[in-house]
Amino acid sequence: MTASLALVAVMAVLYACGVYLLLEKSMTRVILGFLLLGNATNLLLLIVSGPAGSAPIVDGKESEPYSDPVPQALILTAIVITFAVSAFLMALVYRSWRLAHQDEVQLDAEDVAVGTRETQPTEAPDRGEPDTPPSNDQEEAGDPVPADEGSAR
Amino acid sequence: MLVVLGAFGIASVLVPALTPRLGTRVFLLAAVPAVAAVVHAALAAPAVFARGVSERVPWVPALGLTLDTRLDPLSWVLALLVGGVGALVLVYCRSYFRNDEPHLGAFAGSLTAFAGSMYGLVVADDVYLLFVFWELTTVFSYLLIGHYSSRRASRGSALQALLVTTFGGLTMLAGFVLLTTAAGTSRLSELATRAPEGAVGTVGAVLIVVGILSKSAVVPLHFWLPGAMAAPTPVSAYLHAAAMVKAGIYLAARFSPAFAETPGWRESLVLLGLVTMLVGGWRALRETDLKLVLAYGTVAQLGFLTAAIGFGTRDALLGGLALLVAHALFKSTLFLVVGIVDHDTGTRDLRKLSGLGRAAPALAVVAALAAASMAGLPPFAGFVGKETVLAAMVHAGESGDVLGWIALAGSTAGSALTAAYAARVYWGAFARKPGVPDVGVIRESPAFLLAPAVLAVLGLAGGIAAPGLDAVLAPVADVLPAEGEVEHLALWHGIGIPLLLSAVTIGLGLGAFLLREPIARVQARLALRRSASDAYRGTLSGIDRVAARTTKVVQRGSLPYYLAVILVVFVVAVVSALVRLAPPLPEARLWDQPMQPVAAVVMSVAAIAATVAAKRFQAVVLVGVTGFGMALLFADFGAPDLALTQALVELVTLVAFVLVLRRLPARLGTKHGSSFRLGRAALGIAVGAIMSVVALVALAARTATPIAVEFPRLAVDGGHGVNVVNVTLVDIRGWDTMGELSVIIAAATGVASLVFLSSRSDRMPEFARRSGLSLLRGRSGRPSADHDDRGSWLLAGRTLAPRNRSILLEVVVRLVFPALIVLSLYLLLAGHNAPGGGFAGGLVAGLALVARYLAAGRIELAAAAPVSAGALLGSGLLFATGAAVVPLFLGVDALTSTYLDLDLGWFGSVSLVTSTIFDVGVYLVVIGLVLDVLRSLGAEVDRQEEEGDEPSLAGRLEAEEQRRWTAGAGARR
Repeated sequence: MTASLALVAVMAVLYACGVYLLLEKSMTRVILGFLLLGNATNLLLLIVSGPAGSAPIVDGKESEPYSDPVPQALILTAIVITFAVSAFLMALVYRSWRLAHQDEVQLDAEDVAVGTRETQPTEAPDRGEPDTPPSNDQEEAGDPVPADEGSAR
Repeated sequence: MLVVLGAFGIASVLVPALTPRLGTRVFLLAAVPAVAAVVHAALAAPAVFARGVSERVPWVPALGLTLDTRLDPLSWVLALLVGGVGALVLVYCRSYFRNDEPHLGAFAGSLTAFAGSMYGLVVADDVYLLFVFWELTTVFSYLLIGHYSSRRASRGSALQALLVTTFGGLTMLAGFVLLTTAAGTSRLSELATRAPEGAVGTVGAVLIVVGILSKSAVVPLHFWLPGAMAAPTPVSAYLHAAAMVKAGIYLAARFSPAFAETPGWRESLVLLGLVTMLVGGWRALRETDLKLVLAYGTVAQLGFLTAAIGFGTRDALLGGLALLVAHALFKSTLFLVVGIVDHDTGTRDLRKLSGLGRAAPALAVVAALAAASMAGLPPFAGFVGKETVLAAMVHAGESGDVLGWIALAGSTAGSALTAAYAARVYWGAFARKPGVPDVGVIRESPAFLLAPAVLAVLGLAGGIAAPGLDAVLAPVADVLPAEGEVEHLALWHGIGIPLLLSAVTIGLGLGAFLLREPIARVQARLALRRSASDAYRGTLSGIDRVAARTTKVVQRGSLPYYLAVILVVFVVAVVSALVRLAPPLPEARLWDQPMQPVAAVVMSVAAIAATVAAKRFQAVVLVGVTGFGMALLFADFGAPDLALTQALVELVTLVAFVLVLRRLPARLGTKHGSSFRLGRAALGIAVGAIMSVVALVALAARTATPIAVEFPRLAVDGGHGVNVVNVTLVDIRGWDTMGELSVIIAAATGVASLVFLSSRSDRMPEFARRSGLSLLRGRSGRPSADHDDRGSWLLAGRTLAPRNRSILLEVVVRLVFPALIVLSLYLLLAGHNAPGGGFAGGLVAGLALVARYLAAGRIELAAAAPVSAGALLGSGLLFATGAAVVPLFLGVDALTSTYLDLDLGWFGSVSLVTSTIFDVGVYLVVIGLVLDVLRSLGAEVDRQEEEGDEPSLAGRLEAEEQRRWTAGAGARR
């Protein structure tokens, strides 16, 4: 197998720029980063699909071996899905702007709340410490609560 | 054995269902499989003792898992215990519970299922199967302990038992994995005779020891057992005396041939067992609840059993097994007796019970038999077992084993405590105590007493018929090499150190019992402030705290931060894999065709410029340049379908972007600018560099013949089309495309639902019918009344304000639109044999709609496509599904295609392939997607703008909420 360094290089640049944009706060830039990553990944599939060749159309006119059709089918699917997903992202950006005049990725309030919550042992009800002293008169034929081993008697 | 297991399974499902009808009688039904297990074992006895009985059924062949079961003497003994005690306890349950007991059905079902799991555990001959049953017993024990689910203590104890034993079980699983990997087999019978040696064997042994400790309640994992007394008494009798806690002992006995020489195995089991025996015995003297006295007694006895069986000599094993049988008999008897006491008097507090022995003499006799066996009095089974163990320890000590003397001292002290608490139990339950009123008249029920009586008598019989017990247990013990003369189980061994020690222990025990009040005072003074269950609780809250702190550090709420973490992990993982493996790289050249470097340079410049572009449109266009560059590269590479689709998608994407961005400020990142530029750039470059290495490595790994060589043939013969890529999409890999269509439909629906704020449906089609038709009518009916001197080239041209109109654009669109539609249909139909297909065709049709919309606005769009986008998406999926499903009705596989050659006379012949119908589905879905984007991001946004920029009330409320949240999060930060 022989690699085409030009393809590899442009793929690397697309990945790098895509990641750079994806880590932005501006949602428009995030979408652009997503598109660049999509292009880069399609290129990755193309590169690893082996050598370039004739279009995989069996019409007897091919001059050299076919290029591999299977990754091409994958890429074709990926191109359309990337469009569908980026349309969805754009709708998200539009909605966020329309509702809150906000086009930046916000802090996730729930996550922040989880992180700053004061945890107290009492918050969880059951953790294996029987808390009531043994009392044998609860029921006629029942099984009273056993004493907690930890409480020294 | 598998039949018996199946019977347990069926019974545990049937029992809850039948409980409403049968009431407590259902327990008799539940006992049937347990009896079957006993009968099966009895019938199989000759074969078992001759060579063992195995059954083997493949379970998950791909993982090498089999349902391997085997009855050898050890399994046989335990199967008898599990089945026999299980059946008796179930019979006892019939009297213990009343018909109105809450959750009776679930309880009976769980108990039956537990008995089945326990049976499976002792007959399993595959360590993984054993592990499954092991954990099943844990789960059912959780359900049974937590039977009184309304009591907090009950739930807490159940959870404690679950956590501790599951922890042990998982540790043990790790040990199993280590051992089976090293030994190359997961068969228990093979592993148990020749476990791997060296470090793997030692570590595996230690991990299994942890499992044993947790299940058999040995110090330091003993504390769950007293807590588990929150269970109904029959459960305590069965799970926590006879069956489940014996699982660990069983495992110790099973692995003793393999690990007797492994460093740490013997020492840890013996020493921890002795400590457990002393701790349990000491605590048993302190408790006042009879059930807790027995629980700590069980802990002590389990410690003794662990020490005896872990001791590693043939005679100790023999004695330990006898003790195991004896313990199962006497301890379950005592629990059942306590259950009856509780039932009859309403209390289990030994300070409140007085005179019960006179009121219930039969019960007292049964209890006396069991207590005597527990104390180790002759001629009971408990005595026989203890004597043999002590003799084995003496023997080991005499032959120079220090551990033998230590074990002997510990066992003697422990046995004295055992005798003391045995006396205490009997005295506590039945004796007359000064100052305590006698219990009232008690009517003893023979049915209730049956189970404990049978068990107690068996305990006596085991002692008297010690040679019979020896015949059964000696073959089990013979797995360990005997040194010198072998010991036999017998009542009379002659006068020697063991007999002397037995006498001493009984004497000491009685002394301790008589001196109970001074001892109680000492105990009160020595009471430990800290205990194992405190440690357990500390561990749990420690885990909570660590979890909270970790969350605080990791969950910062910043999505870019999360993404960066993921990417950093990716970089580190891939780099370390690359460094470690150093995979080969392919040959390389600078480019395949001269067009590549040109495109590469243009695309790179555009991409880099896009990262620093300050204006939105600028950035979008630059990213678009990379997309068109992709199309060029595809075309050059020999992928015309890709090039076509890429170019069309790029156009539609640009349009969609423009539609959205017209409502956003022109400049990017005006509020906060971009931060961490250097860090992000470094991460981006790292990812890019790694991906290029990945690409090269992956390319070099392409050494096998690709499956693609078959595709041209498949496409022509099977798919009847020459465009391999298209045939792949609609036929060979049609299911993948089906999945993709679902994704597209979900995304399109998502777009619409995000943009249509106030109503869920788009009203454009209706609107189109009304206004579009009236416009048409207006034009044809009253042409002269039209004062717009510019005329109208498009239906809705006049709906736009004159300053927004471009007559040139209208003319061009009017002329181009039909051509585009024809082109799209051509691409759709020709795609099977030439570049094109449903994706490309659908995109071209979508672009035609885009043109109409751009030229004359949303009403024009409605007139051009008077159907809802949802209907297009749905019918597209219908076509595709139809093409997939219809062949099923014709008796062939889904998505099978067939073809039909039509002779159209002058027009030549046309070949119709059924997979074209699938492609029509794709075509419709893609049009639906584009239409949805136009309707949502185009038309609806227009409408919202025309009707004033204020969002609906709901929208305003939501925005307000979002602002508050953001402010709150900011403040908390």
